[in-house]
Amino acid sequence: MADVTLMKTPAETALAQAFESAKTLLPGNVESRSQAFELFTQRGLPHRRVEEFKYTDLRAVLRDIAPFASAPSADEAKAALQAAQALAGVEALQVPFVNGHFVRNAVDLGALPEGVEIVPLAEALASGHDWLARLSPVKWASENPVYQLNTSFMADGVMIRIAGTVDTPIHLRFVTAAASAVATATRILVLVEEGASVTLLETHESTDGANHQPNDVVEIIAGDRTNVQHVRVNAEGDKALALSTLALKVGGEALFNSINVVAGSATSRHQVFAVLAGENTNLRVNGATMLKGSQHGDSTLVVEHAAPYCESRELFKTVIDNEATGVFQGKIIVPHHAQKTDGRMMSAALLLEEGGSMNNKPELEIFADDVQCAHGATCGQLDEDLLFYLMARGLPKKEAESLLVQAFLGEAVEFVENEGAREALIGTVEGWLKARA
Amino acid sequence: MPAVQETIDQVRSIDVDQYKYGFETEVEMEKSPRGLSEDVIRFISAKKGEPEWMLQWRLDAYKRWLTMKEPAWARVSYDKVDYNDIYYYAAPKKNQAPKSLDEVDPEILKTYEKLGIPLREQEILAGVEPERRVAVDAVFDSVSVATTFKEELSKAGVIFMPISEAIREYPDLVRQYMGSVVPVTDNFFATLNSAVFTDGSFVYIPPGVRCPMELSTYFRINEKNTGQFERTLIIADKGSYVSYLEGCTAPKRDENQLHAAVVELVALDDAEIKYSTVQNWYPGDAEGRGGIYNFVTKRGDCRGKNSVITWTQVETGSAITWKYPSCILRGDGSRGEFYSIAVSNGMQQVDSGTKMIHLGKNTTSRIISKGIAAGKSENTYRGLVSAHRKATGARNFTNCDSLLIGNQCGAHTVPYIESKNATAVFEHEATTSKISEDQMFYCQQRGLSEEEATALIVNGFVKDVLQQLPMEFAVEAQKLISISLEGSVG
Repeated sequence: MADVTLMKTPAETALAQAFESAKTLLPGNVESRSQAFELFTQRGLPHRRVEEFKYTDLRAVLRDIAPFASAPSADEAKAALQAAQALAGVEALQVPFVNGHFVRNAVDLGALPEGVEIVPLAEALASGHDWLARLSPVKWASENPVYQLNTSFMADGVMIRIAGTVDTPIHLRFVTAAASAVATATRILVLVEEGASVTLLETHESTDGANHQPNDVVEIIAGDRTNVQHVRVNAEGDKALALSTLALKVGGEALFNSINVVAGSATSRHQVFAVLAGENTNLRVNGATMLKGSQHGDSTLVVEHAAPYCESRELFKTVIDNEATGVFQGKIIVPHHAQKTDGRMMSAALLLEEGGSMNNKPELEIFADDVQCAHGATCGQLDEDLLFYLMARGLPKKEAESLLVQAFLGEAVEFVENEGAREALIGTVEGWLKARA
Repeated sequence: MPAVQETIDQVRSIDVDQYKYGFETEVEMEKSPRGLSEDVIRFISAKKGEPEWMLQWRLDAYKRWLTMKEPAWARVSYDKVDYNDIYYYAAPKKNQAPKSLDEVDPEILKTYEKLGIPLREQEILAGVEPERRVAVDAVFDSVSVATTFKEELSKAGVIFMPISEAIREYPDLVRQYMGSVVPVTDNFFATLNSAVFTDGSFVYIPPGVRCPMELSTYFRINEKNTGQFERTLIIADKGSYVSYLEGCTAPKRDENQLHAAVVELVALDDAEIKYSTVQNWYPGDAEGRGGIYNFVTKRGDCRGKNSVITWTQVETGSAITWKYPSCILRGDGSRGEFYSIAVSNGMQQVDSGTKMIHLGKNTTSRIISKGIAAGKSENTYRGLVSAHRKATGARNFTNCDSLLIGNQCGAHTVPYIESKNATAVFEHEATTSKISEDQMFYCQQRGLSEEEATALIVNGFVKDVLQQLPMEFAVEAQKLISISLEGSVG
């Protein structure tokens, strides 16, 4: 049967036009952008017939492409950052981005904490910095259309190098403050040198009421014996379509903890692509997603145990209120040589009301025989007995529900090592529950 | 445990890479012209003496099939099947509707004897206790050669006959139900089957009847270059019960042969159908030459309230298995169960699982799947559990475990769990591991050899599923598993 060439959707045509006019204006090598966009065009916007996007049909969701945001003025940036809330109380080195552009004057690049080096991406792209060669370390990400779009359009970001033990957390703070809808594409590369340790905080906020389209990529290459604690908060505005990718390559004997907390966006999809490249590494990827109204929240995860003797733990908790839809797709891959792998993946979902939906797809792909891998998935409502127990002790129904939901999500959040960040995340959960009551 | 000892003896007595049922029977065959066209379909339909509506049904399916693409989503890779290089109809020449067993070609009877399938009712009646009798419908290539115990079954009102006969004798029943569970346009292989199916079994259990014996079909592919396309339709009317067994074998050949069956089950109010399969098609040799491509669509419809459908399968054969016995839980309070053991060795590829689609209220389902991969094989569990908006109180429990023996094989799980109802409770757990060293050590320390210990542990691993099989099948299945794993230890 002849291969049918599909007509482009209006959104795809708009993207192609946007790329044509932007490619020479964006910093850096046009060639590599064009390559990425060519790869994207070959398959177009993913839709539900594309397995990885079965439950999040981007072709249906992304009908109009918002214009890519230009850099804000100094005053605009200042005002936007003052309004930002998420993890605001946590003591950290602030690295802010407004409308997808690094706010250069907010950080004194000459006086960073010891062991921290930051290079603005736009400048690095323009000048052809050495570290650029280390972008795109994970092939699972490079094959992904959302990632390819980011590579095509990335306008700014930072590259960070961490050496030694850095005690001050680094807070990557993304704020989209434009009044009308804009699209952004930011790229962060973090190089954690051998033996280094760092805490990375990431918050994403935007104005309510505008159909913002952020697409951000964080790539982390962590060397041997590193310790990285990563906390990400999605507190985007109520109309945002937020796409994000975390690509990890972790060396041997390392520790890596990551959590993504979703409290915002109309539609969000967070993708994690992790490669464990050295032996005896310990990876934890958690997720806590709170959805209400008609929100749609997708957590997609690929963990490749490329080396033997590694352990990975994935725990995703999703609370679904009203008519919201939750998605979890996880895959653990263990190739032939990765013997003694220990991988455990769990997705649990709570449906609070009639009308919500949850789609779980936990996969295992295993070629090594001496491994222990397991995955679990549950989906249901709050336990009647537990509710009864609490209500019998005088708690009103809503409060009893809140307490149980808090405990449910708490299981994913409690692994956050940074106390300030953990408290702030618990606060986020409480805030969400309060808004519900 | 005597059963285990038996298994071990079985393993010992058989050489590596030996398929017990690989012999060929010399029977004069009548075949359709090679390839697929409207003429071939007319030929098949005419051979079967079918009414006009049936022919039309086939032709419509064929037209639709021409527009369809072979599915590529399963985790299996194989050389493309040339659908125009297969004989779609092959029947033993003497088979002009044999009136009794005496008219059946003795070569064929011998074949079934060799396979251990009793076709002569007398022997059974004499030898075995009455409650262990099994009525058999034996299908040889494209036609049903014999159906036993017809008379006794008809006394109970049970209809058990080749589907080609049922189309002539009970056209209304067939017309009402055929294609109502697996629509003609369901998928590539089901549509192909709808166009060219040659035989299979038809079962109807009247209201309130508990089928007096187990029903069984035995499929045998014998002829070269043929495909087997059988179609089974089982209808359990209100309050009835039936247990149905299916077995399959094929000769050893270097070529790949196609088996694309469709099985439809319909359970009305309070009815129960138990469908058990021991699939032992020729799996190909150690280098992956030959073997059956098993592309099967099996689906049960719990149409009435409180109906029950149970699928139990032991999959040890076939070069490629692509099979997802499913339950549509439409009636309130209906229940679907799926118990599966899939063993792959050599170069076999298995992509199998189930779908439990909860539509009615308070529907329950349970999935127990055990995959064992050895040699260079690939073993995938792929399943769907879904609850629709109205499936209040739906409940599912899924457990799929994989066991890997050797480091050249792969085991994968791809479950889809979709809930659109807050009161639905779904639980899913899956594990993959190798035989634990502790268990091996424990057994070997007590004097078992490595092979014996492996057999013991594997039997324990699959016990949950074996318990669901009818007695005579369980023993056979246990033997099959050990044969399939032969040569995979050490």
